[in-house]
Amino acid sequence: MAIKNQEAWGSRIGLVLAMAGNAVGLGNFLRFPAQAIQNGGGAFIIPYLVCFVLMGIPLLYVEWAMGRYGGKSGQHSAPFMFDALDKRFFWKYLGVLGIFTNLAIAAYYCYLESWTMSWAYHSVAGHFMGKTQAEVSAFFSSYIGLTTVEPVVFWILCVLLNTWVLSRGLKGGVELAAKIGMPLLLIFGVILAVRGVTLTAGEHGAVYNGVLGLSYLWEPDFSSIWDPVVWRNAAGQIFFTLSLGMGCVHCYASYVKSGDDIALNAMSAGWMNEFVEVVLGSAIIIPIAVGYLGVDKVIEMTKGGSGFGIGFVTLPFLFAQWGALLSALAGFMWFGLLFFAGITSSLAMGTPCMAFMEDNFNWDRRKAAWTVGAAVLLLGIPCVLSQEAFNEFDYWVGTVSLVVFALAEVILFAWIFGMEKGWKEITDGADITVPIVFKHIIKYVTPVFLLVVFFGSAPEMWAVLTKKITPYVAVARILLAGLFVGIARLVYIAHRKPGAL
Amino acid sequence: MSAKALLMLISAEAAITAFTVYFFWKVVTTPPKPAPDSFPDSGNI
Repeated sequence: MAIKNQEAWGSRIGLVLAMAGNAVGLGNFLRFPAQAIQNGGGAFIIPYLVCFVLMGIPLLYVEWAMGRYGGKSGQHSAPFMFDALDKRFFWKYLGVLGIFTNLAIAAYYCYLESWTMSWAYHSVAGHFMGKTQAEVSAFFSSYIGLTTVEPVVFWILCVLLNTWVLSRGLKGGVELAAKIGMPLLLIFGVILAVRGVTLTAGEHGAVYNGVLGLSYLWEPDFSSIWDPVVWRNAAGQIFFTLSLGMGCVHCYASYVKSGDDIALNAMSAGWMNEFVEVVLGSAIIIPIAVGYLGVDKVIEMTKGGSGFGIGFVTLPFLFAQWGALLSALAGFMWFGLLFFAGITSSLAMGTPCMAFMEDNFNWDRRKAAWTVGAAVLLLGIPCVLSQEAFNEFDYWVGTVSLVVFALAEVILFAWIFGMEKGWKEITDGADITVPIVFKHIIKYVTPVFLLVVFFGSAPEMWAVLTKKITPYVAVARILLAGLFVGIARLVYIAHRKPGAL
Repeated sequence: MSAKALLMLISAEAAITAFTVYFFWKVVTTPPKPAPDSFPDSGNI
């Protein structure tokens, strides 16, 4: 097979920032604080960090090592990376999930990302000024109800922007975006976090001090540590926040040459994500919302385990209490921060699909990028039109598929490829000493963790599978099944080509 | 803020910040591998 894919990272910092950007997403700021409030407050950090060490870090090592190993044979996407580790035919078809998941998540994620562009524009234009909370809420409902063409315009703009950046390649597109986006995200995050925790009762209509929100968030309820649901939620949060089980980490790492470090890079990117999530993520929406609405109202608003309502409805209204200039600045920084968190993740979702076409069908990156953009737009149509289709995509791809893929990869890496060879791959060229205990954690503990997460979700999966099928749910399921079969067919064709691996 | 909440906040955030800074500092200060490595712009962060 001719190796045409000549992409490369420009610098190590660029790789680490792109990897961290891949992990940092909207969930760092909207999902984590809501999950913490609903799962024992400050005590949630204990199962959360235990899951980070026993599942997050091991899977980061596995995915980086699989990626670099696949890159040695010129493969930058999951199907043939799996094939490189074991030649039995079914592994490459399990690896299809590493392309399928990215395309399907990008389909609805770009739509969410486009909301942040729109909200940033409306904040700067002062459109939330003078509105009551009910009016901001009505604006949100009208927006997602597609009563104007604006959501579609922003969505198309967002997909075009992602596609254009991807078409500029790894170094000139993805890496450059991360080098601009990540520092800005950190600066905006620190400014908003300081504003959140220094919010004082009586200032700009605030009823309580912002620190009350922080206090509530961190007040530990140690009895929650014995609740299995809390552990499952902590494992789920770690899983999703690190963008594990998608194939993006593999793809980015596949451009690292044999003998270069992956262990330190993985730790730096992983811990950077944790900093953004725990330190910054906990200090923005909850302190500001509690400062105006009080603890009880915020608990009620985070009941679903998501802070989307607070992020997109409550915060614009609260910012508007700060006066025209501060409100515009705060809105721009908040939605700008969410936008940078979103785009650095959606770019990561585009790269494995592009790499697959470049590696196996000798496509150039522009053709691959615009094809991925077109696919994301087409797949995204039902998600834009219907909340039901959106939820269906989110559940089957954004939840179930990730866990199945991660379970497959850890079994393949630790049990089929073998932990001795696997450990050598992880530590080859390492700039840090990787504690030997991770060798055993990867082999025994991480697969058990993933099995518990998977089987713990089985009743919910059954309930979703057997619920009433509406036309949009049917369309979403047909599209997802068709996408998987289509990619599997491409893998089959690539495998049968003369000179294929 | 209660003492327990403050303790949880400080210990968790201090540990996470320390690990983040330490690993990032190691990335920035570790000399590049001899060429050809993975990064054509080695030295240009």
